[in-house]
Amino acid sequence: MSEAENYVYKKIKSIDFGVFSPKMIKDMAVAKIVTPELYDKEGYPVDGGLMDVRLGVIDPGLVCKTDGLRLKDTLGHFGYIELARPLIHLKFATQILNILRSTCRECGHGLMPKKDAEGRIDELRELRAKGLDSQYDSLVKVTILKMRATAKKGCPYCKAKQQVVKIEKPSTYVEDDKRLTPIEIRTRLERLPDDHCELFGLNYQAVRPEWMVLTLLLIPPVTMRPSITLETGERSEDDLTHKLGDIVRINQRLFENINAGAPEIIIEDLWDLLQYHVTTFIDNNVAQLPPARHRSGQPLKTLTERIKSKEGRIRNNLAGKRTNFSARTAISPDARININEVGVPEVIAQKLTVPERVTEWNMEYLKNFVNNGPDKYPGANYIERPDGKKKRITSETKEAALEELQPGYVVERHLLDGDVAIFNRQPSLHRMSMMCHKVRVLPYKTFRINPTVNNPYNADFDGDEMNLHIPQTEEARAEAEILMQVQTQMISPRYGSSVIGCIQDAVSGNYVLSKYLKVTKQEAIDILYSIDIEDIKITKEIVDGKEILSHIFPSDFSFKGMSKNKEEIVITNGKFEKGVLDSENLGGGGDGLLLRRIHKIYGDDIAMEILYKLFRLGCEILTRFGFTSCISHLDLPQEARDEVAAIIKNSEEQAEAFIKKYEEGSLELVPGRDLKSTLELRILETLNKARNEAGNVVTAHSKMDSDTMIMAVSGAKGKLINFTQMGACVGQQALRGERINAGYRDRTLSTFKHGELSPKSRGFIRAGYRQGLSPEEFYFQAMVGRDSLMDTALRTPKSGYLYRRLANAMQDLKVEYDGTVRDASSKIVQFKYGEDCIDVSRSEKGFVNVKRIVREVQE
Amino acid sequence: MNIPEKYVELLPNLILEELKEYGKDLTAAQFKSALETCAREYDESLVAAGESVGVIAAESIGEPGTQMTMNTKHFSGVSELNVTMGLPRIIEILDGRKTIGTPLMEIYLKKPHNKGENIRELALQIKETKLGSLVEEYNLDMAELSIECLLDEKAMKERGLKISQVVAAIKKSMKKAKVEKGDDFTMTVTLDPKDNSLHDLYRVREKLKIAYVHGLKGVKEVQPLRREDEYIIITAGTNLKEVMKIDFVDTTRTTSNDIYEVQAILGIEAARQMIIDEVMKVMDNQGLNVDPRHIMLVADTMTLNAQVKGITRYGVVSQKQSTLAKASFETPIKHIFNAAMKGSEDMLTSVVENVMINQPVPAGTGLPGLVTDVRK
Repeated sequence: MSEAENYVYKKIKSIDFGVFSPKMIKDMAVAKIVTPELYDKEGYPVDGGLMDVRLGVIDPGLVCKTDGLRLKDTLGHFGYIELARPLIHLKFATQILNILRSTCRECGHGLMPKKDAEGRIDELRELRAKGLDSQYDSLVKVTILKMRATAKKGCPYCKAKQQVVKIEKPSTYVEDDKRLTPIEIRTRLERLPDDHCELFGLNYQAVRPEWMVLTLLLIPPVTMRPSITLETGERSEDDLTHKLGDIVRINQRLFENINAGAPEIIIEDLWDLLQYHVTTFIDNNVAQLPPARHRSGQPLKTLTERIKSKEGRIRNNLAGKRTNFSARTAISPDARININEVGVPEVIAQKLTVPERVTEWNMEYLKNFVNNGPDKYPGANYIERPDGKKKRITSETKEAALEELQPGYVVERHLLDGDVAIFNRQPSLHRMSMMCHKVRVLPYKTFRINPTVNNPYNADFDGDEMNLHIPQTEEARAEAEILMQVQTQMISPRYGSSVIGCIQDAVSGNYVLSKYLKVTKQEAIDILYSIDIEDIKITKEIVDGKEILSHIFPSDFSFKGMSKNKEEIVITNGKFEKGVLDSENLGGGGDGLLLRRIHKIYGDDIAMEILYKLFRLGCEILTRFGFTSCISHLDLPQEARDEVAAIIKNSEEQAEAFIKKYEEGSLELVPGRDLKSTLELRILETLNKARNEAGNVVTAHSKMDSDTMIMAVSGAKGKLINFTQMGACVGQQALRGERINAGYRDRTLSTFKHGELSPKSRGFIRAGYRQGLSPEEFYFQAMVGRDSLMDTALRTPKSGYLYRRLANAMQDLKVEYDGTVRDASSKIVQFKYGEDCIDVSRSEKGFVNVKRIVREVQE
Repeated sequence: MNIPEKYVELLPNLILEELKEYGKDLTAAQFKSALETCAREYDESLVAAGESVGVIAAESIGEPGTQMTMNTKHFSGVSELNVTMGLPRIIEILDGRKTIGTPLMEIYLKKPHNKGENIRELALQIKETKLGSLVEEYNLDMAELSIECLLDEKAMKERGLKISQVVAAIKKSMKKAKVEKGDDFTMTVTLDPKDNSLHDLYRVREKLKIAYVHGLKGVKEVQPLRREDEYIIITAGTNLKEVMKIDFVDTTRTTSNDIYEVQAILGIEAARQMIIDEVMKVMDNQGLNVDPRHIMLVADTMTLNAQVKGITRYGVVSQKQSTLAKASFETPIKHIFNAAMKGSEDMLTSVVENVMINQPVPAGTGLPGLVTDVRK
């Protein structure tokens, strides 16, 4: 059999929904279930029982009687139960009520005069044909209400008087204090003419109202409710089987009683019980009914529960699927692998495989893998014959496999360097959370990534784990390489600028290099060589850092930009002439456009190469020349400390003055505020000002070229405010935008006086971290810390839900070939995407940079 | 400089205008080359057909959502007024909530008024005034069953109110009682002794306190504010319809932050623009960088049917055609049964359904088909 014949050349075009009629149930069912027994003494499924072999098999060794297939091959088949008395299908209960109330109890017509009804039916059909679902639904609603209102006047067809029908939830109908049995209900529903079904929003081709009252119950295949065998050899049945067992048992009892002519009361009780069982079989979470339970007391999971919610069939198995060929382990950094690479541990590389088809030309190459077997890297785990049979390679089967191998076979070989992999970190919030990396097989047991990609993944190395997937087909690999590789994702579609950039050491290293460093010729050559730059054009004996940097940019690259503190950066024809590099231009997400420009001019691959070189250069500089942050960097001279102390004292006095005014009542009101909040505002202003002033003092007196300061100034890590907080004054702690005022009655802590409003009693921390906090200060800080933890904990699920809703609502919107944005039903949402058709990830921050173009033209 | 017809059609207005502005000093040759470069770069940055722009927009708003603060109250530029900001505000807008946390209007004024001379008086005219804020003292006469209200002269003057106006307003809201103007700043409300008891007197006093006198209903707080070089009025509580009727109000710029109010009074296009502006405002306020195109797409989906629909199972999602797509969101059972009763057909045109049945999705690289005949 040739391989091509194995493929199914069919596509599902559409899926119809409808309700099964009794006839359809009988036609599709393969067995009538008549006994609640499951297995006979030998443990073989009983004929006519719920585990009947005609319904499919779940035991190895048994053969399905319907299709002759074994376990795993047979899909299973439906059976049915003939119900002794009809029952209401719970999910149609409201619809049945609507029909009972709005149709004539005598003749079964919808309670609407003939002429009106015909007009309405045409109207409804038209709406349906046009696909105007929501209008259709609301018109149906109106129609039903209108018909119900006419009930008082009697039937417009046969003039019969109507009675009021009430529902006793969940599924009992009462007319005029007399209970309607499902039999009566069914006969009434049968009388509703086909075209009048339309008035109730029913499509009579898909559903006749009487089908909503069950006479036959469809039994799901055995394969859908497999039993599990416990260690003790005991069988434990699925919840559905339990429930069906109950139904069959009660149904048989009901039959027997009816046949024996038992009293009406007994029959009715059994009937109700059967109704309960069928209802809970459909939905075990009906408000008015006690849920059916296991003997252990835990509620059964029946049909509705299987489908519903996050763990249900739809969201867990249909919309989201599990994959093979994937791996997960902790991540750690490796600055010496490329940005689009991922380090894969050898153990994982031996488990994950890539299928490779044997041809005449790669036979020898693939035989090597087979020869190595599954335990020796690089080997192979399986070979697949052209007919699709898979064989595991072991040390025993190795020889045979080698013999057998010929063109057309597929070898599942171990991962090799350069293989395509998709790497992911959860939560996968944007498309950069799943990127394609090239495999690099490395020793040890963690995935290794270049720290530049931490940003898009939002990863750090404090124990984060990530997932790796290996695409198995050529199409998948090609798509991954072209659309998902790291370099293709450098520009964020959110804001149109680089998301990937240097971080931490790489930033401070380049900052130091571009701002301060002068090295000898020898050193310069060493440095450049260490980052794989071989074309070195250095002639001078003492080399400026800028000259080293110049080696990284292409010789035709010109750029003008701004650094973090608004210094100009000039690169002309690849020569770094002026300015310093800092996080603004090197990092991801910054306002600087250096990386964006490189990407725009030279494209993905070169931009990534340049970034990688910049990154390595930064790290190299720090390794070579050392970079240490230490507590003495926070030292302030005595006069600075005095100055800070004076500022704080002064502000506290000012605050006290405000408090005094407040108590006297002479405080001038801020418009729109009362006295108390005016005071709070004034104090907050004063104290924040004090902290900022203290910050200025710290900056003025610190050595700007200390390593710790370089970190802050270059944007590698930390801000100036952290400096101030450590060295001088932590400042006011704000709890929800206000000073702290929770705690005891009229005071925050018991060390303070009642009604005290002073800065120190309301969370102003005058000490710096280095100096050490007083117990009250420490406590205030802990309060704020706790509050922010709470905020995070509450925010995550909220924003997650918002995201899910957005994604669900907008997942079908796509740009059509004509440039319009349309949804799944081809409705036009936008005539031009974003009003100008610009793809943000291909733009410079969402625009075509006209200013730059004009400047370039002038030059 | 003139721009050839060809480029006027080709390039978006913004680029042309920027080019005109920045390229003023260019020579003709330079201008031409700039125009060509613009056209080339514009062409390079066009979206590809089949791009899943909806998902990208959802990601672009959803991803920074985790970085937003929850702090409900935040001072927005003005330290005087509390406004819902951050994630709660975004949720509020995208949900399409009918009642929002802090309804607010920004009232711009027409030319002579926006210089701020009598801004306080103008503001007070807009503010809803209840009798309680005008009365200094209530004197209850138990024998006569009457209440004498001593009105605050200063408060009246501030609002430009005359006693007769107050009396007229109270007459309207107190239909059953007799309202009379007393000597200078007093007003007497007398109850009919036949069907009122002493107890009712106290009840009426409480009722008087909240009786509407003057201003716009619903405007609880007014705050004049200097914005750039003019004065505007910010209000807590909204009543856009009435504000638009006031003659000193610049109706072209005055807005409310209540989507439904804007939709009702200014129309669906205004509501769309407002959704965009409000979401952008929050994003900027939180220091998050999101391109407006994504928010525009969300706003367009919300207003697609000429009616503001929230991104919820009752709003936008319920508008979907496909049963399976609706079922994959929330309340799957309900959707499946409704589909069964209608006998719907799912044409599998959207993304999830195709994921469910393991077929390529009709977006991106799944869009083009091969020209080759598929074997039957």
